[in-house]
Amino acid sequence: MLDTIFFYLFALLTLLGAVLTITRRSAVHSAISLIVSLVGVAGLFLLQRAEFLFAVQIVLYIGGIMLLFLFVIMLVNLDRAERERQFSKAWWLALACVVGVGAEIAYFLTKGPAAFQFPPGAASPGVASAAAGGNVERLADALFSEYLLPFEMASLLLLVAVVGSVILAKKRI
Amino acid sequence: MTTAVPLSWYLILSAILFGLGVAGFVFRRNIITVFMSIELMLNAVNLSFVAFSYQLRQTDGHIYTFFVMVVAAAEAAVGLAIILTVFKNRATLEIDEVSDLKN
Amino acid sequence: MSQYYTATDHFVLVPAIMLALFGCAILLFDFWVFPEPKQRKWLLAFLALGEAFAGYGLWQQHTYIAGQGIAELTAFQGSLVVDGFSLFFNWMFIAAASIVALMSYRYLEVEGEHHGEYYSLILLAQCGMYFLASGADLITLFVGLELMALCFYIMVGFLRSDKRSNEAAMKYLLLGGFSSGFLAYGFSLLYGLSGSTKLSEIGVAIARRDPADPVLLLAMVTTTVGLLFKISAVPFHMWAPDAYEGAPTTVTAYLSVGSKAASIAFLLRIFLGPLASARAAWEPLLVFAAIASLTVGNLAAISQHNIKRLLAYSSISHAGYMLLGLVAGNETGIKGVAVYVLVYTFTNLGVFLVIVALRREGLVGDNIDDLAGLMHKSPGYALLMLICLLSLAGIPPTAGFIGKYYIFLSLIQAGRYVLAAAAALYVAVAIYYYFRIVRSMFMSDAEDAGAMETTFGVRVAAALTGLGTLGIGIFPEPFLRFAGQSLIR
Repeated sequence: MLDTIFFYLFALLTLLGAVLTITRRSAVHSAISLIVSLVGVAGLFLLQRAEFLFAVQIVLYIGGIMLLFLFVIMLVNLDRAERERQFSKAWWLALACVVGVGAEIAYFLTKGPAAFQFPPGAASPGVASAAAGGNVERLADALFSEYLLPFEMASLLLLVAVVGSVILAKKRI
Repeated sequence: MTTAVPLSWYLILSAILFGLGVAGFVFRRNIITVFMSIELMLNAVNLSFVAFSYQLRQTDGHIYTFFVMVVAAAEAAVGLAIILTVFKNRATLEIDEVSDLKN
Repeated sequence: MSQYYTATDHFVLVPAIMLALFGCAILLFDFWVFPEPKQRKWLLAFLALGEAFAGYGLWQQHTYIAGQGIAELTAFQGSLVVDGFSLFFNWMFIAAASIVALMSYRYLEVEGEHHGEYYSLILLAQCGMYFLASGADLITLFVGLELMALCFYIMVGFLRSDKRSNEAAMKYLLLGGFSSGFLAYGFSLLYGLSGSTKLSEIGVAIARRDPADPVLLLAMVTTTVGLLFKISAVPFHMWAPDAYEGAPTTVTAYLSVGSKAASIAFLLRIFLGPLASARAAWEPLLVFAAIASLTVGNLAAISQHNIKRLLAYSSISHAGYMLLGLVAGNETGIKGVAVYVLVYTFTNLGVFLVIVALRREGLVGDNIDDLAGLMHKSPGYALLMLICLLSLAGIPPTAGFIGKYYIFLSLIQAGRYVLAAAAALYVAVAIYYYFRIVRSMFMSDAEDAGAMETTFGVRVAAALTGLGTLGIGIFPEPFLRFAGQSLIR
C-alpha cells in the first residue's frame, strides 16, 4: 500500500516536472522543473531497489548535469532569449507523438504485465537475492567483471568529452 | 516486501515521459530547452530499464542505466560547449534563427 | 590476466587498445614534446603508427581465424565478437581514417584551426567504430556509438569561429542525441522482452515471440528510427545536409564514409542478428525508407549549388541503395551491401579530397562554380574527380558499378523486380546531377587562374582513392571474395 502511495507521489512529481519543463517560457524555470522531474525519477529508482542509481541520479544528474545547464543558461543572454519565439508551429508532429504514446498506454493498460513473457519464477520481483549483498555490491561486481569493457570504454568517452569541451569553449588553445 | 505496483505502470509512466520529451524536442525552439527534452527522453529510457531490471531481478538494466547517465553527462558537456560557441558567434538561441545552412 | 580479462579478450581488443593508446599519446605529445606548430607533422606520424599497430592486430586476428577455420571469436562473455564481418569493416575504417588524416594537414593549416587534438579525435572516433563493428552486446554497442558520435560532434564544430561550423555541430548534436534517445528506448524494450543485453540471447527470445506482437513492434520501430537516423535515411535525414555543409570538409569526408559505414555495420548486426526472425515486420519499414531515401536524395540533389550539400543528398540516396541490399536479404544482397560500402568509402573520399585540395586562402571550393575549368588548371585532380563521380553514378569500369550490380542482382534474385526497376531509374537521375559537376570542370573556363597548392599527403591520398576506385572496378575478384567472407553466419 505504501508502495502505491509513493509511486503515485513520485510519478506525479516526474510528470509535473516534465510538463513544466517543456511548457515554461523561461529557460531557468524549465531547468528547475527538470530537476523536479529528475528527483521524481530518482524516487522511483529507490522504490525499485536501485539505491545506487538513486544516488547517481542525485549526484550526477541533478548535481552535475543540471548544474551545468544552469551555468550555461546564466552565461548566455537570458533577457533576449526569453523574448524569442518559444514554440514552433509543428503541431501535427506533437499531435502524432501524443497519439503514438496514447496507443502505447492503451496497449499496456489492457495487456498489463502479460505483454512480457517472463521466465517462470520471476513473477514476484523485489524479494531478489538478498543473500548476494546489497544493490551497490551486486552492481559493482557486475560492473568490474561482466561489464568491464563498457566501463573502460566509458573512460574514453569522458576523456573525449573533456577534451572536446575545452577545444570548443576555450578562446585560445 | 510484496510489490503493489505492477510493471505496466512503470512502463506507462516511462512512455508518457518519453512522449513528453519527444514533444518538447519537436515543438520547443529554445536550444537549451530542446536539449533538456533529450534529457527527459533519456530519463524515460532509464526508468523503463530499471523497471525491467526489477521485474527480472537482474542488474543488467541497472548497468545500462548507469551507462546512459555517463553518456548523458558526456553529451551534456560537449553539447553545452557547442551551444556556447553558437551563442558567442550569433547572440541568439532560437533554432530557426540559427539557419545559415539551408537549400 | 584474470577470469574477466583473458588472453582471448586481450587478443580481440588489441586494435582498439592501440587506437585509444595512440589517441591519448597524441594528446600528450601535442603539448609536451611538440609544442611548435611546425612539429605537428610528427603527430601525423603518430597517427600512422597507431593505424599500423591496429592493422597489425587486425591482421593477427585475420590469420588466426583463417588458420583455425572458425567462424568467429567471442570475448568479454560475448560482448565482443571477431568475425569476417567485423574484420571487413575494421579494415575499411583503417583505410578511411588514414586517408582523412593525410588530407587534413594542409586543410587545417589554411583554416587556421590546426590543433593536435584533431588527430586524436580521428583515432578515438575510429575506436568507437571498432566497437560498433564488433560489438555483440547492447551496452557495448551503445557506448561505442556514443564514443564515435561524440568525437564527430566535436570535429564537426572544429572551426570554432566559423558560424556555419557551429551551426552544423549544434544541429548534428541535437538530432544525434534525439536519435540516441530513440535507440536507447528501443534497446530498453528489447532488454525487457528478452531479459538480456546480449544480441544472441535477444535473438533467441525474439524468435519465440509472434512477429506481430505490439511490444515487439514498438521495440523494433523505435530501434529502427534510431538506426535510420544514424545512417541518414529518409525520413530521418534532415541533419545530414546541414552537418555535411557546415563541417570542415575533411570532417565531412570522414563523417560520410566512417560514420556511415559504422552505422551500416551496426544496422546489419541488429537486423541480421536479433531481429532476423521478425523480418516480416521490419521489411516494409526498410522498403519504405529505402525508396524514400532514393527519391528525396536524388531529387533534392538536382537543385543544389553547394557541392558538399549535393554530396550529402547523394549520400542519402546511397544509404537507400544499401538498405535495398538488406531488403533483398539473400547472400548476394548482404555481400552487395559490403561491397557497396567498401566502394563508397574510396569513391566518396576521392570526391571530398578534390574539394579539400581546392581549398586555399580566399577560396572555399565548395561551390560547383569553384570547380570551373579544373581540367585546365590541374588535370590530375579533374581526372580523379571524374573517375569518382562515374563511380558514384555506377558506370563501368569504375568500382561503383560493381556495388550497384550486386544490389540489383540480389533484388532480381529475390524476385523484387519493381524495386530493382525503381532503383535503376534513379541511377539516371544521379547521372544527371553528377554530370553537372563534370560539365563545370571540363566545359567552363576557370574564373581564377590560381594554381592548386597540394602537399605530399594530399597527393598520396589522391593516389590511394583513385587506385581504390579504379582497382576495385577492374579487378573485383579479390574484393568480392573478401566481402564474401564478411557474411554474418
